[in-house]
Amino acid sequence: MNDLSVHFEGVSKIYPHFALDDLSLELPTGTIMGLIGANGAGKSTTIRILMGLVHQNQGRVHVLGREMPREQAAAKLDIGFVSEDTRLYGSATLAWHMKFIRSIYPQWDQPYAEKLLRRFDLKPQQKIKGLSHGQRVKAALLLALARRPRLLVLDEPTTGLDPVARQEVLGELMAVLADEDRTILFSSHNTLDVEQISDQITFIDRGRIIASDNKEIFLDRWRRLRLVLSPEADLPSLPGVVEVGGSGRLPVLVTNRFDPAMVSACNDAGATVQAVDPMTLEEIFVANVHSRREKQTV
Amino acid sequence: MHSDLVISQSDGRPMYLQIMEQIRQRVAVGDWVQGKEIPSIRQLAVTLRVSVITVKRAYLELEREGVIVTQQGKGSIVAPDPGLGSKLYDQELTQHVERIAQLGELLGLRPEELASRVREAVDRLTKEYS
Repeated sequence: MNDLSVHFEGVSKIYPHFALDDLSLELPTGTIMGLIGANGAGKSTTIRILMGLVHQNQGRVHVLGREMPREQAAAKLDIGFVSEDTRLYGSATLAWHMKFIRSIYPQWDQPYAEKLLRRFDLKPQQKIKGLSHGQRVKAALLLALARRPRLLVLDEPTTGLDPVARQEVLGELMAVLADEDRTILFSSHNTLDVEQISDQITFIDRGRIIASDNKEIFLDRWRRLRLVLSPEADLPSLPGVVEVGGSGRLPVLVTNRFDPAMVSACNDAGATVQAVDPMTLEEIFVANVHSRREKQTV
Repeated sequence: MHSDLVISQSDGRPMYLQIMEQIRQRVAVGDWVQGKEIPSIRQLAVTLRVSVITVKRAYLELEREGVIVTQQGKGSIVAPDPGLGSKLYDQELTQHVERIAQLGELLGLRPEELASRVREAVDRLTKEYS
């Protein structure tokens, strides 16, 4: 059974000031998952556990069918990992790095590497220390992609990139997915990127997964309803309301269980629905975090 | 096959709806002819740089409408006889019937009461025409 490329079951990791708590996660092969969270929410810790760089205190982690961290050496042959602290040798050229990686990984695909050089507009003769931030990110990504790994794990791949570079990177990530045996997990706090290319979305906050679902379901179920109450009417009780705002007779509700039948139910209860707004992933994330945090403090 | 669909980030509608609308248009004006192969879900996702699941959803709904046909392992084609008209009406009817069922439940009506309301509506319509 191997249609899950990443499988976390009840994973915990305890630090003095931070804990990942009972994390469960499933990433089907052939899909892209975006991991969204604020700074310090636990995205990087999750990714480090996945890579076997940090060992969990509890729970089971399987990556490409291998048990982590025990079988990490075997698993890593098939994982491409790029994070902000991926270190390249400043005084060496990109060509040197390409040759180096090629000597370690037999699956290295030279024609693809050369194609990526052109697409990313990189010069192999250039030394790493002379590259801009964006070029460095693209260089690290090229070195990971050209190995043709079955799983790509990217920690904040688009952070600090200019719009052109971002689109180049997103385009290349999608191109990887043209092969349905390949899988991508990336973390980001740029919800626009995640909204555009992800199949699966996982929200993480304060060391817990607060929601994990397929993107279309997310975007379908969350709605903002703007109501006008008739003078005698009370606020109708609707399923899945996570936020009530607005003022007295003009309430604004956010629900995570929207159903078109709600509109007529409201109208019948004396609350005219003025508008049903779809929400962006960013708005959904923020509303989700707020409602969870409120519940935690009660 | 080259796809010339365009996804607008500033269009408020979900991406899958944008994809559906553009494919329907291409079929309607005959740019995508009946029986012709169309890009696979993955191909289109890669070209448009949107997630596979979004394109999959658009294709599933188009298939339900009878605009395209997807054959397991063979990809998708424009339906040989899209018969858009009657299929779309039928689909609309299904939606309305589902809606009637939901409203009936909200009002606590029994299925027989719902059925008689539908019958009354049909009778009224027949009277108008006669």
